Amino acid sequence: MKPTDIAVPDYFHKVVDCQWACPAHTPVPEYIRLIAAGRYGDAYMINWESNVFPGILGRTCDRPCEPACRRGRVEKEPVAICRLKRVAADFKDDIRDRLPKPPEQKNGKRIALVGGGPASLAVARDLAPLGYECVVFDQDPKSGGMMRTQIPKFRLPETVIDEECDYILNLGIEFVGGKRIDSLKSLLAEDFDAIFVGCGAPRGRDLDIPGRKEVAKNIHIGIDWLSSVSFGHIDRIGKRVIVLGGGNTAMDCCRSSRRLGGEDVKVVVRSGFEEMKASPWEKEDAMHEDIPIFNYLVPKEFTHDNGKLTGITFEKVKAVRDAKGRRDLVPTGEPDQHFDCDSVLVAIGQENAFPWVERDIGIAFDKYDMPLVDKTTMQSTLPRVFFGGDAAFGPKNIITAVAHGHEAALSIDLMLRGEDISRRPPLIAKMLSQKMGIHEWGYRNSVSVEERHNTKWAPVETYINSISVEAELGFDLKTARAEAERCINCDVQTVFTKETCIECDACVDICPMDCITITTPGDESDLRQRLTAPAMNIDQSLYVSGSLKTGRVIVKDEDVCLHCGFCAERCPTGAWDMQKSLLKTAHAGAGCKDECRAKEVA
Amino acid sequence: MTYLAKPKFHHPSLPKNEVGFTRRDYEGKVSTLCAGCGHDSISAAVIQACWEMNIEPHKVAKLSGIGCSSKTPDYFLGNSHGFNTVHGRMPSVLTGANAANKDLLYFGFSGDGDSASIGLGQFAHAMRRGVNMVYMLENNGVYGLTKGQFSATADKGSRSKRGAVNADTPVDTVSLALLMGATFVARSFSGDKRQLVPLIKAAMAHKGAAFIDIISPCVTFNNHVGSTKSYDYMREHNEVANCLDFVPSRDEITVDYEEGESAKVTLHDGSVLELSKNRGEHAFRDKTAAMNYIQEHQVKGVIVTGLLYIQPEATDLHEHLNTVDVPLNRLTEKELCPGAAVLKEINASLR
Repeated sequence: MKPTDIAVPDYFHKVVDCQWACPAHTPVPEYIRLIAAGRYGDAYMINWESNVFPGILGRTCDRPCEPACRRGRVEKEPVAICRLKRVAADFKDDIRDRLPKPPEQKNGKRIALVGGGPASLAVARDLAPLGYECVVFDQDPKSGGMMRTQIPKFRLPETVIDEECDYILNLGIEFVGGKRIDSLKSLLAEDFDAIFVGCGAPRGRDLDIPGRKEVAKNIHIGIDWLSSVSFGHIDRIGKRVIVLGGGNTAMDCCRSSRRLGGEDVKVVVRSGFEEMKASPWEKEDAMHEDIPIFNYLVPKEFTHDNGKLTGITFEKVKAVRDAKGRRDLVPTGEPDQHFDCDSVLVAIGQENAFPWVERDIGIAFDKYDMPLVDKTTMQSTLPRVFFGGDAAFGPKNIITAVAHGHEAALSIDLMLRGEDISRRPPLIAKMLSQKMGIHEWGYRNSVSVEERHNTKWAPVETYINSISVEAELGFDLKTARAEAERCINCDVQTVFTKETCIECDACVDICPMDCITITTPGDESDLRQRLTAPAMNIDQSLYVSGSLKTGRVIVKDEDVCLHCGFCAERCPTGAWDMQKSLLKTAHAGAGCKDECRAKEVA
Repeated sequence: MTYLAKPKFHHPSLPKNEVGFTRRDYEGKVSTLCAGCGHDSISAAVIQACWEMNIEPHKVAKLSGIGCSSKTPDYFLGNSHGFNTVHGRMPSVLTGANAANKDLLYFGFSGDGDSASIGLGQFAHAMRRGVNMVYMLENNGVYGLTKGQFSATADKGSRSKRGAVNADTPVDTVSLALLMGATFVARSFSGDKRQLVPLIKAAMAHKGAAFIDIISPCVTFNNHVGSTKSYDYMREHNEVANCLDFVPSRDEITVDYEEGESAKVTLHDGSVLELSKNRGEHAFRDKTAAMNYIQEHQVKGVIVTGLLYIQPEATDLHEHLNTVDVPLNRLTEKELCPGAAVLKEINASLR
C-alpha cells in the first residue's frame, strides 16, 4: 500500500464523517465546538455560510450527517448534530450586522430564479452579494417554497422561515410572489443572463383504485393538502383519517390531521416498518402522538355508501425475496382488512412536472421526462439554464437543494465571467496545529462518555390541538453543552511525520481504540487483517506512513479514532501532531476564480 | 505526559479472554513517565501477556523499589496487589510476601539503579534462593529521576547526554543472574513486543526465579548518539538468539517447526516453549554454554536478546524449605498450635 497523500484535501475531509456526508459540507465539529464555548452567533454564521438555513435545518434536516457520525461507531448513538444546529439558531444574538450587505454597485448581470424554495434562495444568496441582480419568482405569495408550504408549523414556526428567508431577500433580491412561470420560452426572451430552475417536485402522486372518483371530495393529495393547511385554506379534517404512504410527508400529514380534528388517525403503509422512507425520528414523533402505523397493507378499494366515503379495503401482503435478493410484496392470502374512515390523505410520493418547459428550446429531457442536468455544474443542455433542488434529479431534501444551489451559483458566476464552468475550484483546506503545551491543546481532548441527550418537548396537551404551536422545544443550554461535548472533534486530525518517528511504540500502546500499528508494509487487504485491531470497515481509510527507519510503516485505521490526541501527547518527538483541518467548499465569488488560476499557473 | 485518563471507550471488536476480561481491563492508571519511555512499552507488554494468560488480576502481586522503573506497576494491573518498597529492597519484601502466600503470581519490577546499585545484594539473593517470581529489570543505563547520571549498567565508553564518557565497567545483570542461580534468564528490548510478550508469558509459567533484563531506552536522558541503550543503538546491535512461542498446557500445540530448526521445552505445568533457533546454536539448557554465548557476543559488541537459559524442572524457595502445601498465611491457630498432645508426641520423638 502506498503512503497516504495527506496533501489531497479530500483525505482529511473524508475523516470528518459528518462534514463529508453533508451535501453542503457544513464544518460540523467546528460549529459544535463554538456551541460548547457559548459562541452561538459564531456557530450560526458557520452554518449560515454552508447551509444557508440553520434555523430551518436545525428542525427539519434529513440529517445525513448523523448516521455517518463517528460517535455512532464508538458508542451507541451519534451526536445530535441537527438539534445542536437549532441551538445555534435559537440562542444566537442579533447577527444581522454580520451578513453581507447588498452591493452598492450591481455588476449588470440579471438572474431569474424560478421557484422561491431552498435551492433558488441559496443561489440568490451566493450571487446577490457579488453584484448580480436576482429576481425570484414563486407561485405562492411568500418565499420559502416547500419549507413553508409542506412542513407543518408545529415543526417549523413561521417566524423562523421568515427570518431566514428575509436574511437572503434583504441582500437586494427581488421577490415576485404569486407569479407562476408558465413558459420558459417567454422567460428566456426576457433580458436574463442566466435562469435557475428551482421549482421543486410539485406534483403529488395519486392513487387510482376503485372508488377514487366517487369519493374524490374526501381524498386529498398529501403535499397539496399540507400547502392548503399552511396557507390557512384548510383548517378541518374528518374525525377518522387514514394517511396512505410511509414517507416524511405522510408523517407530516398524520400529525397535522391530529391537530385539525382528526381523533382516530392511522398511517397505512405497503411496505414493512423498517423499510419506510420516513426518518426514524419522524416515525417516532408520529407514534408519540398516538398515531398507529400499519404495515404490509396494500390499498385495494375506497369503499363508499352512495358517494360517501366509508373506508378503505386493504390486501395483506408479505415481503418475499427473489433469487436476486430483490424484495417483492406478495399477497398472504389472508382475508382483506378494512379500515373505516372519513378522510384520506394520499402521501405516496412526489413527481416532477415541467409542463411549462417547452420541448423545442434546447433543453433535452430523458426517458423519465426529467431534464438532462450535469451533476456537478447543474447546467442543462441549454447553457444559460440551470436546475437545482428537487427539480434537478427528483425529490431529495432541503440540504441537498442548498448544495445544488451553491454549485449552480458557482457555475453561473464562472459562466458570466467567461470561465470554463467544468473546472471547479478546489476545496479550501487549511491545517492548523493545536499544540499549545506538553499536554495542552487548542481543543478539548477529553472524551465525554455521556450518552445521547434527548431534546425537550412541550407537554402534549399544550400543542396537540394547535397546528402552529411548536411541539419540540429543542435543547436547553445545559443539555446542549453536554451534547456538544459528545462530539469527538474529528476535524482535529492526527498528522504523522515519519522523519521524526523513533518507533518507541508509545502511540500504539496508549491509543484507547487500538487504531495504530507499526508493522511491515503490505497491500491494503493484507494490512487490514494484521493491525492491532482488524480494520474491517472498508469505507474508512487507512493512513499509511512511508518507510520508517526499520523498514516498517505506521498504519492508522481512521475508523474509530477518538481524536483524543493521546498518540500526539505520548509521542516524544512530535511525530504525531493534532492539526485542525479547516475545510470549506468554494462558493461563488472572486476567490475561487483566482485560486483556479493560481493552481493552473503553478 | 498526559493528565487525562485514557478514555473508557475501546475498539468495538476488542475480544475477551477466558476469564471474561478485555485487554483494557488489565490496564492501570495513566502513566506519568516521559512520553516515549521504554517502560511504558514494557507495561503494555505485561498487560498483553496477562490478558493472553487469562490471569485473574486479584491473584497477582506486583512489587517494586524506587525509580522510574519502580513507578511502572501503577500503570498496569490496576486491580492487583501492589507494594512500592524501599530503594533496592523489592526482592526481600517480595520474598517475604511469597513466603507468606505462595499462591499469588509475583512480579518484581526494578531498574538498573534499584537492582544493580543499591539493591545488588538483594537481587543476587533472590535469584540464589529461587523465589518463584518474574523479576523484570527495566534497564536504561541512566538515573532518569536524578537527571541522567550513568547507572551501574551503563557500558564503558558510552556517552551521557552532556558528552561525559563512562569509565566504569558495567554490571551485566544477565550474567550475574546466571551466576547466582536464576533458573530462567532472558534479555529483551522494550521496542520488540513480539519477542517480549512470549518471554513474559514463559517467565510467568516458570516455577522458580525467572529473570528478564529489558533494555528500555530513556528518551529524555539516554537516547542520543553515543548511548548504547538508545532505540537506534539497540536496533543496530540486537542479536536475536531465538524466537519463542509460548504454548500453554491446555492448548493444542500447533506450531510446527522442522526438525533441527526448533527445540521444545516442557515446563512443570505442561506448557511448552517452542524456540526457533535463529542464528547459531545456543544450548539454552546448558548454563556454561549460555554464559559463553553471552560473553562471546559481548566481546563482539552485540547485545543478545531472547531466552538465554532455562532449567525447566527448576524448584523454588518453598520446595527448598519443604513448606506445607497450604500457603502459610492461610494456616489458622488450629494448625499452628495443634495442642499439648501433639507437642508431647514431638518431644517424645526427639528423646
